Amino acid sequence: MTSWIDLDALWKIVVIGLLCGAGLPAVFTLGLRTLSRSERRAAAVTPVPDAVGLTGGTSTRVQAARAGAEMVVAGLCFAVVLAAIGWGVAFIVSHG
Amino acid sequence: MASDGRRRGHWVRPSRSASNASYNGFVGDTALVLVVVTALAFDFTNGFHDTANAMAASIATKALRPKAAVAMAASLNLVGAFLSLSVAATIASGLVNTHLITLPVVFAGLAGGIAWNLATWYLGIPSSSSHALIGGVIGSTLAAAGTDAVKWHGLVQKVVIPAALSPLIAVLIAAVGTFVIFRISRGVRQETRDRGLRLGQVGAASMMSLAHGTNDAQKTMGIITLALITNGSLAAGSKAPTWVIMACAVALALGTSCGGWRIIRTLGKGLVTIEPPQGLAADSSSAATILLSSHFGYSLSTTHVASGSILGSGLGSRDGRIRWDVARRMVTAWLLTLPAAGLVGAGSYAAVHGIGGTAGVAVGFVVVVAGAGVLFGLSRRSPVSHRDLHEEPNGPATAETAAARSVAETPVAA
Repeated sequence: MTSWIDLDALWKIVVIGLLCGAGLPAVFTLGLRTLSRSERRAAAVTPVPDAVGLTGGTSTRVQAARAGAEMVVAGLCFAVVLAAIGWGVAFIVSHG
Repeated sequence: MASDGRRRGHWVRPSRSASNASYNGFVGDTALVLVVVTALAFDFTNGFHDTANAMAASIATKALRPKAAVAMAASLNLVGAFLSLSVAATIASGLVNTHLITLPVVFAGLAGGIAWNLATWYLGIPSSSSHALIGGVIGSTLAAAGTDAVKWHGLVQKVVIPAALSPLIAVLIAAVGTFVIFRISRGVRQETRDRGLRLGQVGAASMMSLAHGTNDAQKTMGIITLALITNGSLAAGSKAPTWVIMACAVALALGTSCGGWRIIRTLGKGLVTIEPPQGLAADSSSAATILLSSHFGYSLSTTHVASGSILGSGLGSRDGRIRWDVARRMVTAWLLTLPAAGLVGAGSYAAVHGIGGTAGVAVGFVVVVAGAGVLFGLSRRSPVSHRDLHEEPNGPATAETAAARSVAETPVAA
């Protein structure tokens, strides 16, 4: 049977294919989702200086920090996807 | 072809001038020129037949405008063809006994491939160009040297089984991808989601075009190199000469830039309704499957993978509508590709061999050109152009306009 079907290559293609072909777009979408959430949060807590000159209360600062963290997570997601594309191109070139 | 003379100049050995070339050498060269031109013509049909694989989904989701998509696919095909050169082993090795191959066999095989590619293009069916070429070459080899000349085990192992498995793998990956993308992007404003996903899709489609260029241009490079070796212009085991690489890259890119709108319409609009989540999933699945399989030495057809991915993206979404009659027609064409191209290949060989020598190849060439002309003439009666891809009165065009309006009305955060 294995002389007809290269099972070894087959399962690798399926598993790595799922990781790259479905996993990477998922990571990309996760990036989009966190980015969009971060933008909405940042828009909701637009700092309004109060009488003392401080910007916002504790909860506002926490929200702003969360928005920043989400931005970082989104950036990481996009970086992973970009790295994978870079690897893909490098792979095509080195394969030649 | 204005550049024939220039091309010939490259492969005639420097010591041999036109004046002292023997009559036989001249005859061989003429047949060789015809075979090379036919091979480049096949490469051209390969290009416009397969534009859809890389770009149909991007056009359907409006990630790219039709003309921009085709131009991008063509440039990346061109780049891809130059990037990867070592694989330019002949497509025939492992499938037929190459020492039995003659120029008429190569020519007849190409004729079979071109005939099937043009017929399926006319009908708007995405079918595999590699299978058309393989079928043609096997048919002509069978007609020339009998069943012993074909390596049946290699054919089943390298072509038939991967052809059956590759669409299934692509369906699985794209279906999972679509499901996950819809799931994760739930709650994200639709226009934000679609804008982002379209951007991602352009990236995935670019990878796919690049991979397509590296794979498909090489098939023709292999065939031309095989013809040159058969003719004695190159030593056995030689790599493709630079002019072959350049000619093949340009022929594929030119074909791609013409845009096979008929097939793009089928894949982009006929099979499933493609929205940005499906588009990104389908193109990522195709790019990953093709790159991985070429890495693991598993030869898959780009067309089967791309069509499988699009089908899978329909299966993965809850409201994805799949037009099963179109899918059935497509799979029937896949099953017919090898035998049909083989029959034309065998018939062409019988005709070319019957007439004999260069005259046979020349007559075959004229018939191929005439056949292509007739099909092109027929296609003008029901032309399909890039304008036919976005004109749906109640379809995505209105949704797009609505989305654009709501984007304009929504204040942009950050």
